[in-house]
Amino acid sequence: MRRRGWFGVLLAASLATVLCFLTLPIVAIFVDTSPLDLLSSLREEGALEALRLSVACSAIAIGIIVLVGTPAAYLLATRRFRGRATLVTLIELPLVLPPAVAGIGLLAALGPNGLLGSFIEDAGVELVLTTAGVVVALTFVSAPFFLRQAQSAFEALDQTWLDASRTLGASEPRTFLAVAIPTAGPGLISGLALAWGRALGEFGATLMFAGSFRGITQTVPLAIYQDFSTDFTGALALSAVLVAVSAALLLSVKLLSGSAWLGGAAR
Amino acid sequence: MLHVEATTRLGAFALDVALEVPAGSCLALAGPSGAGKSSILRVVAGLVAPDSGRVSCGDEVWLDTARHVDVPPERRRCGYVFQEYALFPHLRAWQNVAYPLREVPRRDRHPRALELLERFGVAHLADARPRTLSGGERQRVALARALARRPDLLLLDEPLSALDARTRASAGRELAAVLRETGVPALLVTHDFVEASLLGDRVAVIDGGRLIQQGTAAELAASPASAFVADLTGAVVLTGTARAGEDGLTQVALGGGGHVASTEPGEGPVAVSVHPWEITIEPAGTPGTGSAQNRLDVEIVSVTTIGNRVRLGLTAPQPLIAEVTDASVRHLGLTTGTRAIAAWKAASTRVLER
Repeated sequence: MRRRGWFGVLLAASLATVLCFLTLPIVAIFVDTSPLDLLSSLREEGALEALRLSVACSAIAIGIIVLVGTPAAYLLATRRFRGRATLVTLIELPLVLPPAVAGIGLLAALGPNGLLGSFIEDAGVELVLTTAGVVVALTFVSAPFFLRQAQSAFEALDQTWLDASRTLGASEPRTFLAVAIPTAGPGLISGLALAWGRALGEFGATLMFAGSFRGITQTVPLAIYQDFSTDFTGALALSAVLVAVSAALLLSVKLLSGSAWLGGAAR
Repeated sequence: MLHVEATTRLGAFALDVALEVPAGSCLALAGPSGAGKSSILRVVAGLVAPDSGRVSCGDEVWLDTARHVDVPPERRRCGYVFQEYALFPHLRAWQNVAYPLREVPRRDRHPRALELLERFGVAHLADARPRTLSGGERQRVALARALARRPDLLLLDEPLSALDARTRASAGRELAAVLRETGVPALLVTHDFVEASLLGDRVAVIDGGRLIQQGTAAELAASPASAFVADLTGAVVLTGTARAGEDGLTQVALGGGGHVASTEPGEGPVAVSVHPWEITIEPAGTPGTGSAQNRLDVEIVSVTTIGNRVRLGLTAPQPLIAEVTDASVRHLGLTTGTRAIAAWKAASTRVLER
């Protein structure tokens, strides 16, 4: 396809602008960080701890989201009931919520004086200013990303596959596990990647709800924020690590969904 | 014996049917798309529950709304072949066939699936994924899968419509053989009367959610209950106004001009139908010498060869179709634009109320 004239130039110019603007900061992080800085910054106790905390908390959050969110998304995608549209909107609301508002909301709901505060206290669980609180904040902020993607993946399934499964002797739970999940696989995985990426970068809600205590609640984004006024090079190095981890995650997900197993599911 | 009674709202119209299919027999549900044919299959399979109804197969009751019986689809033992075959895209052909074999020990599933695929001549495709298969191959895999659980009933939704014309004829013959072999009742949905007559022992015409007429294909073609059925069977249908003639025949003034006579009674707005092979073509201007009462001046608008027959599209001015031999076409010099006379007997003209 060839586009001639000023319109073609306009399209190309806008793409070039978008590309420059979006990649320049990422490129700059790596240009300003020598591999040596990267290694030495990783050797620092705080940085490594932050990285470990980020990966562990986001992994637990994603586990919870996938486990609870997949059946919920399946229900939203396959059943028609009154108030469904409202429900979907409510679930998507955290997508547009400013992180600070999310943090305040979590405090108001689960904090010591919050709605469920006494109930949680009675159960002997402490969330505010603890590692468990980080998991709660990450789950809250990133769950809608997975739910939305999973719901549309299930909606895109050919309903006759599910019907066929039933007539071939499979109960509804078995149809869900053996047909719906594998055929919606690529969509579910891309939702997982989106949610995980969001969880790794989460800052505002974590800071408000769980605080920023080194080794307990200080994830990589919080560590970067704390470092950047005193040790810009260190913050830069940590940023480079976060970019690398996120990119590796995205890449492995893309490779996985392109593999033979899932490639068969994508018609 | 399959017994179905169902009444339910279906979007714009209501489905209201009662059907019976004896074991070893196939009932073809024919009618236009959106007539509710597929909904009947879905009710039988348990994929939708009607407002009220009863479905029983053999001595098992699958649905009885009056007694709150509703057996879930997985326990109804229906072999359901879906319109686009609905093969699972993430499974290989043999895995699709093995999917219903839950009662078979795990290690026996692969050989059993291969056996079924072999029966349909596609064992060599066992490891292929559905998206790499042609329409005909998919249909065979879907049939093998539907039969894997030894169903008590076969449900086939437009089993040939996803195939190209060349595959359709051979696939149709094979399917007819399968239906004879299995010995269970079968319900088949089609919008094509030829397909219905080829595969169904009996044909039920469905329109607007209702059963219009039921019988063998020959019965329906010979004495259609309505213009709709006549049209579906491929007969020529002309509309006009009937009155009793003096010679005991019914005279029908056709809309747009021309008259035809029929031995059947009729009064007021009617449709008359005649089969294309009952119409003979004579050169324009020749006086009627034979026994054919009905003679219409026509113009030939299309000439299509189908096997050893030639199908002529005519306007008189209402459209009609005549089937003649290739020899007649050459002998009479029939080409597009030629004027001729279409003639047929009053005795082969059916009168149907509109």
